[in-house]
Amino acid sequence: MKTILNTSNLSIGYKSRKGNVVIAQDLNLTFDSGKLIALIGANGIGKSTLLRTITGIQSPLAGNVYLNDKSISKYKPLDLAQNLSLVLTEKLPPSNLSVFELVALGRQPYTNWVGTLTPEDIVKVNEALALTQIEHLASKRHFEISDGQLQKVLIARALAQDTPLIILDEPTTHLDLLHKVSLFKLLKKLTQETQKCILFSTHDIDLAIQLSDEMIIMTPEMVVQDEPCNLISKGSFNALFKDEHIVFDAEKGKFIVN
Amino acid sequence: MVNKKRNTILFATLAIGLLLMFFASISLGSVNIPFKEVYTSLTGGQASKLTWEYIIINYRLPKAITAVLVGTGLSISGLLMQTLFRNPLAGPYVLGLSSGASLGVAFVILGAGFLPSFLKIIALSSYGIVLASTLGSTLVLLLVLLVSQRLRDTMAILIVGLMFGSFTTAIVSVLTYFSTAEQLQKFTFWSLGNLGNLSWKSITVLAVSVVFGLVLSAGSIKPLNALLLGENYAKSMGLNIKKARLIIIFATSILAGSITAFAGPIAFIGLAVPHIAKLTFQTSNHMILFWSTLLFGAVIVLFCDIVSQMPGFDVTLPINAITSIIGAPVVIWLLVRKRNLQ
Repeated sequence: MKTILNTSNLSIGYKSRKGNVVIAQDLNLTFDSGKLIALIGANGIGKSTLLRTITGIQSPLAGNVYLNDKSISKYKPLDLAQNLSLVLTEKLPPSNLSVFELVALGRQPYTNWVGTLTPEDIVKVNEALALTQIEHLASKRHFEISDGQLQKVLIARALAQDTPLIILDEPTTHLDLLHKVSLFKLLKKLTQETQKCILFSTHDIDLAIQLSDEMIIMTPEMVVQDEPCNLISKGSFNALFKDEHIVFDAEKGKFIVN
Repeated sequence: MVNKKRNTILFATLAIGLLLMFFASISLGSVNIPFKEVYTSLTGGQASKLTWEYIIINYRLPKAITAVLVGTGLSISGLLMQTLFRNPLAGPYVLGLSSGASLGVAFVILGAGFLPSFLKIIALSSYGIVLASTLGSTLVLLLVLLVSQRLRDTMAILIVGLMFGSFTTAIVSVLTYFSTAEQLQKFTFWSLGNLGNLSWKSITVLAVSVVFGLVLSAGSIKPLNALLLGENYAKSMGLNIKKARLIIIFATSILAGSITAFAGPIAFIGLAVPHIAKLTFQTSNHMILFWSTLLFGAVIVLFCDIVSQMPGFDVTLPINAITSIIGAPVVIWLLVRKRNLQ
């Protein structure tokens, strides 16, 4: 097992005229290969800021983010694209792209100046389609498929980008329970079969508890990273929502409404 | 691959169509010259009538070449704008470039009365108009580039372009309000567009600018494909968004600016042709769209030019009227037939 990304005494937040707005500080998180890691926290707690900071989009207030032992700010865009791929929540702009073409765009960091696919690129794209079990969709247009299928296509695109770390921003948002579970299982399978590290933010806490290897819980007071069972025994989930009506049942491993 | 075979057939058809249109545009007009004579004349031989030879070399050939340059340049700049702004209704004019050119020309034609007489002659010569229109569109281009460096949001640039457009249009209308009927007629004449009247020297200048713009556009094929997923994905795939955006806007400006300077503001080609190419080839891949838009642009403007020449009649219609008459219904038809315009 190898550490792909880690943060050292990282402080995240925004710089404003009145001074720094600190969202969280002294974060020491590690992301190892072959791990499925869930990031959870209430709305507005700063999950997006954390993701933006560790993907190098936003600069940290203090501390550092290391990707393969090199500070992420020192990466050129193309090098970064070969080490880190994203699956975002935003809607895709209208286009006529087929599923195959969309997944093949993931090869951009490796292709020549016009983006010609080499036989090796095509092998990688087909591998990504096979891993996500969407080969039968390859010739469909991306707007012809369901939300659940589209999410798999976007994951396949990230796989085709061939990076040791994949970060997904709320990949299960628009899906029903069946598709949520199948997506989580797919992510789990991918970490086991490809030894990639996959980090995703989610609000499906009970599913994440059951399926992820590690979880990061964000609350206003602290940010903790551990295996789900350890977090349960430490009682970390109780701090997640400041509401007397929502209680975490440690035995069942899920939240209960009083 | 069925698609590959289909594309090859389509490209071959377009190439043959281009050749036919090119010859037809030289052959047809108020005086019809037989195809055979056109071929002989173009391949260095002697046409059987000296007047035909004269018409071909001095009028028809420069006009046909201008039509090809205008068609390819405007269509490609439309394609670039539509992808960059993720807006199917974007065209080279959304950046306000043609309005800038109009402003320059309006100042020269409508404001010439305020100039001393020797400057007036220079200003009203065809070079003066080209210069004014180039200066106008360059000025708007520089402003757009300046603003685009400060704005992160591509949509904001679109709005800034539209604002420049209405600003310059307003000034033009103020100028027309204070001008004489003769000046007004001259300005209207320019604004109707004209593919003819270009000397070989002007065509060389136009060709160099258009080819330069097209080369820059060809270099943007990969960034344009990345932008199909939106700017954030494009960035995550290693694309330098700021640089790509700058090159794309610069290429559009060179294309639209130089063409407007020499041929006047020509409507609808930049907007409609990319859609025709997208619908025919059923793809968003810019590797294919670039070449198909290029060919379609040349073929369609040559066709419009033939129509405007009114073969067999003594009159010539303004090219801008023809492109609008053909272009507007095409765009409406596209919108109606295809609810989600790609």
